[in-house]
Amino acid sequence: MPVEKLPKNIRLAHGNGGRYMRELIDGLFAPRLAALGLDTRVDAAPVEVPAGARMMMTTDGFTVDPLEFPGGNIGSLAIHGTVNDLAVAGAKPMYLTLNAFIEEGIETALLERVVDSLAAAAADAGVSLVAGDTKVLARGECGGIYLATTGLGVVDENLSLGQQHIRPGDRILVSGTVGDHGTAVLLAREEYGLRGDLASDSASVRPITEYLQDYPGLRFMRDPTRGGLATVVLDLARETGFGLALDEAAIPLSEPVSAVCELLGYDPLYLACEGRVVAVMAPDEAEQAVAGLRESGLAGQAAIIGTVGEQKGPVMLTTGLGGQRLIDELEDDPLPRIC
Amino acid sequence: MRYIQGFRDGKAAAALAAMIRAEAEPDRHYHLMEFCGGHTHAVFRHGIPDLLPDNVEMVHGPGCPVCVLPVARLDLAIELASRDDVILASYGDMLRVPASRRNSLLNARSKGHDVRVVQSTAEALELARQHPDKQVVMFAIGFETTTPQTAVAIRQAAEEGLENFSVYCNHVLTPSAIQSILDSPEVRELGQVRVDGFLGPSHVSTIIGSEPYEFFAEEYQRPVVIAGFEPLDVMASIVMLIRQLNEGRAEVENQFTRGVSRQGNDRAKGLVAEVFELRPEFSWRGLGEVPYSGLRIKRDYQRFDAEKRFDLAEKPVRENKACQCPAVIRGVKKPTDCEIFGTVCTPRNPIGSCMVSDEGACAAYYRYRRAG
Repeated sequence: MPVEKLPKNIRLAHGNGGRYMRELIDGLFAPRLAALGLDTRVDAAPVEVPAGARMMMTTDGFTVDPLEFPGGNIGSLAIHGTVNDLAVAGAKPMYLTLNAFIEEGIETALLERVVDSLAAAAADAGVSLVAGDTKVLARGECGGIYLATTGLGVVDENLSLGQQHIRPGDRILVSGTVGDHGTAVLLAREEYGLRGDLASDSASVRPITEYLQDYPGLRFMRDPTRGGLATVVLDLARETGFGLALDEAAIPLSEPVSAVCELLGYDPLYLACEGRVVAVMAPDEAEQAVAGLRESGLAGQAAIIGTVGEQKGPVMLTTGLGGQRLIDELEDDPLPRIC
Repeated sequence: MRYIQGFRDGKAAAALAAMIRAEAEPDRHYHLMEFCGGHTHAVFRHGIPDLLPDNVEMVHGPGCPVCVLPVARLDLAIELASRDDVILASYGDMLRVPASRRNSLLNARSKGHDVRVVQSTAEALELARQHPDKQVVMFAIGFETTTPQTAVAIRQAAEEGLENFSVYCNHVLTPSAIQSILDSPEVRELGQVRVDGFLGPSHVSTIIGSEPYEFFAEEYQRPVVIAGFEPLDVMASIVMLIRQLNEGRAEVENQFTRGVSRQGNDRAKGLVAEVFELRPEFSWRGLGEVPYSGLRIKRDYQRFDAEKRFDLAEKPVRENKACQCPAVIRGVKKPTDCEIFGTVCTPRNPIGSCMVSDEGACAAYYRYRRAG
């Protein structure tokens, strides 16, 4: 059936279940997502699961302002977010579903760019997109585009990860610079009249987690998204019951991120990453793992940033200067300071 | 961008720490007040107290503009923001500060009132140009560092005839606050607290210069070192203060020579003098009424004064009696000496002024030190 060219802007009628909706699906979504396995003609799709495999499932919603930022857009983010949640749980991400909530009036070209970027990210991560749904909301009822993805992955049956495996003396690793995504989005809002050479780190971390999984001393992995690195280590201290010691000088930080944070009074340790892994490993394997990540090019700036303590306690950071400070829970959204 | 790490070098810090240990006389105790909240924040964020010997102690002063703004003044800002015809432009860290009845600007915004975060008064002017049907009020707070840009905005509004722009002026002055601390009975008469010397805020001095401190260095016999905000600046300034004290000097010295001169920025000072005049009295949260410590808009520019335009009148506010902030910011007590610190009073539910901003002594203490 020939497809009408889509209008310049999405209309409420594109969600009405009729001709307009068919044109949106057939004209915009289907051609971009067919290669990922999506069949838009069926109500439900079968998924092939290896016999006896242990499956993992996760779901996540995505709302970002602005929708496009250096290093990605809400489309790639919706793939990376869910793929990474599976990956840090030790799973190989396989199948995704997609829900798109679209605000009446947004530019069709923008939606095309978002779906293009989503498709590229999914292809890159090697996942199939098996089911999807779109809704169009009246103007003012939605911030442009909201996406939700649900992911299904297979986990190696010999792999056992979790806080319960963490022991005193274990090392804390991070796979690259922190705060890049949070800072890039902040600057993309153009509220502060700042521009800089920085991009979101949004990416699938599966190649990194797959590499780390080969080490028997791997205890735990998490992706430091909302709340940043600080929130992950605080969770670790709370959940394991051990205090943690971090070394500020060892935490990878890009110069532009550090400059923007200084200017606005933000702490980069609390800003989101979308393509990093925090891992806890046995002390005798940590250095080798970091060296391997660096040399293989999987994570050129991976670093050991801290150690798990012997007893219950807070997260203490040794500052670059040699003093100590506490890492505390994020209270509220950070706000820029006066002077 | 290397200059950020350059001023935070661990090796240089260790060398300065050794210098401080060597020069501090073992039988003498040094109480040094960092006036400015920016210094307080730097001291805690970088763990500077861990690098100092026990007999060199930092006392945290009142120089956090968010912390010292009286609740009654903030209540008026919220009253302004609640008007349907007003867009209130505010610096970001003012938004969370608790006002009366657990209200705040953030709360006002969530109720649908128009509160915008700006980084400069120029952005507030731009809002006024974009919204000719609205009254745009700049909630101007801060020490001498932020005052010139408020003056510029008012002059600009006058030149453009931007009649929907006004300023709610809460600018305050550093030297008068330091003097008020030195004049307080605890410091001057009772001898409860010793403040042996001051780290002066360098950003303030990029505007006013180092000269305004000469009077009280002489009068009160306290050395002042104008200090930069990077941790190595702070440590170098501590060395300079200790040297002055050991040699019995009480002078104004300038560590931040890369940005501060004796006379300051004449052009900025001229702008401020053209637009603002001294208030005979201004109330500081924690310090109380301090004579000639605040600024108001001069008669020539009065039509841009939000207090006049909207006929604002302060209503009395009762502060929590258990709160020890007045003593904390004079250096009489430490945050941990206050019985509500960390229990009733936390950054989430701040009772006193020192807990409201990261630059307040209690908040910095709570965030970075309480377990240490």
